[in-house]
Amino acid sequence: MSWTEELAQRWPEMSEVLWYGTLDTLYMVLWATVFSVLVGLPLGVLLVTTDRGGLTPAPVLKAVLGAVVNIGRSLPFIVLMVAVLSLTRLLIGTTLGPTAAIVPLSIGAIPFFARLVETAVREVDREVVEAAHAMGARKLTIVGKVLLPEALPGLVAGLVMTVVALVSYSAMAGAIGGGGLGDIAIREGYQRFDDYYLWATVILLVVIVQAAQSLGDFIIRRVSHR
Amino acid sequence: MIEAVGLRKVYPLKQREVVALDGVDLHVEQGEIFGVVGQSGAGKSTLLRCVNLLERPTSGTVSVDGRELTGMSAGGLRQARRGIGMVHQHFALLSSRTVAANVAFPLEIAGVPRARRAARVGELLELVGLADKAKAYPAQLSGGQKQRVGIARALASDPKVLLSDEATSALDPATTESILELLRDLNRQLGLTILLITHEMDVIKRICDSAAIMENGSFREAGKVLDLIGTPDSLLAASLFPLPATDVPDAVALTYPRSFDEPLMSELTRRFDVDVNVLGGAVENVAGTSVGRLNVQVRGANREAALGFLADKGLLVREANR
Repeated sequence: MSWTEELAQRWPEMSEVLWYGTLDTLYMVLWATVFSVLVGLPLGVLLVTTDRGGLTPAPVLKAVLGAVVNIGRSLPFIVLMVAVLSLTRLLIGTTLGPTAAIVPLSIGAIPFFARLVETAVREVDREVVEAAHAMGARKLTIVGKVLLPEALPGLVAGLVMTVVALVSYSAMAGAIGGGGLGDIAIREGYQRFDDYYLWATVILLVVIVQAAQSLGDFIIRRVSHR
Repeated sequence: MIEAVGLRKVYPLKQREVVALDGVDLHVEQGEIFGVVGQSGAGKSTLLRCVNLLERPTSGTVSVDGRELTGMSAGGLRQARRGIGMVHQHFALLSSRTVAANVAFPLEIAGVPRARRAARVGELLELVGLADKAKAYPAQLSGGQKQRVGIARALASDPKVLLSDEATSALDPATTESILELLRDLNRQLGLTILLITHEMDVIKRICDSAAIMENGSFREAGKVLDLIGTPDSLLAASLFPLPATDVPDAVALTYPRSFDEPLMSELTRRFDVDVNVLGGAVENVAGTSVGRLNVQVRGANREAALGFLADKGLLVREANR
């Protein structure tokens, strides 16, 4: 039996497994992205505004936030996942399945995204911020109407990088029972030497990453007026 | 309109202190254009930023339009700043907003309703000659157009005072000319008081009513431009009319504070029987007035009477070699 014939024979069953695996992956990545933005965006902005000479100087807070972010950034994701197992159990009730995986995924991606936000916001022209001060703008107005809109292309680029990193993290989450495409690749592809599943998951992961990147690039072109 | 008294600004560094402003008194009258000129590092920029308290002076007080800014709360200061427009060297436009949205920005900050904002933005773009660029983004504009947007934005909230931070320094000569003309027009049409800083003497000459020359954090001289030009040995006159020093005997430096229709020199020779020899001269257009300086050698028995005659005519006469 040639490989095409074998694939055709197995496809009805495989396609269903891969379909649910893809949905699980997207589910995990999507929610982890939402939490990363909700926490990482303000965190990244604070990392800039708490600078000495920044909008809201607070050296101590800045040092603390910086340290927390660095701890999050320095842990390999696979270690972080194991390290937060008890927190996951506390929040979700279990450590297995895609919903449980959202916890370590978010915790891993928040500091990652926060640093990217910091870089993007730091790029905003100081003279423009000064101009807003000279117009009598409040600090919150400066964040909402100057820093974030001016940094938007960089923020979207950072978001795309975060989504791509999350797709890769989510595959790792599969290794400890997180579900999704990574789980399929490891259980079927690696442990049962099933090359069909292995390559199918590889292709799907590449497609997801490529789609995220293309969508991101499209949005960046639309919002960038430099 | 702007009253700053005893301004000092000291930046503490690790080993020493840097004195950026060393006791500056600034007095800008309602409706005039006041220029502060100096080299980079003289403290001009710090001075300008102290006027709207972007920099807080170490000591001294600042009042604008009769209200003391240095004693205000944060909220009061924000309110007061809305009455002080500012134009920046590198334009400081929001790249993410269209021209119209940039001009509308200070109105948004001040909480002006959308419909009134749109009408006001239309007027302002008309005023600076950019009505057709409302929907463009700053990146699509030339430097001069960007600065026009910057000026329109600075005028949005109807300020009485405009601060200009090297507004023409990033522009080419022709564009500089047109921006200076625009500032002069706004000053005349709207009665706008303008405080500008520049490192170009030319800017002072072209549009300023009053000027100060700044060095090492303080004013070397300050006053009405025409008065300064008439003042013997003033730095302003020396840099506007750089006549070569002369060691010719009986040489006299004459300053024409305005243009004269009468042929003064030939009248001089006829009436007083003196010999007049022109050594050097320059004519400049200063603050809209033709001003000239002439180095002449005057010799003859009636020399004193001749010089007295010129002084009576309104010329400023000074012996060049004393």
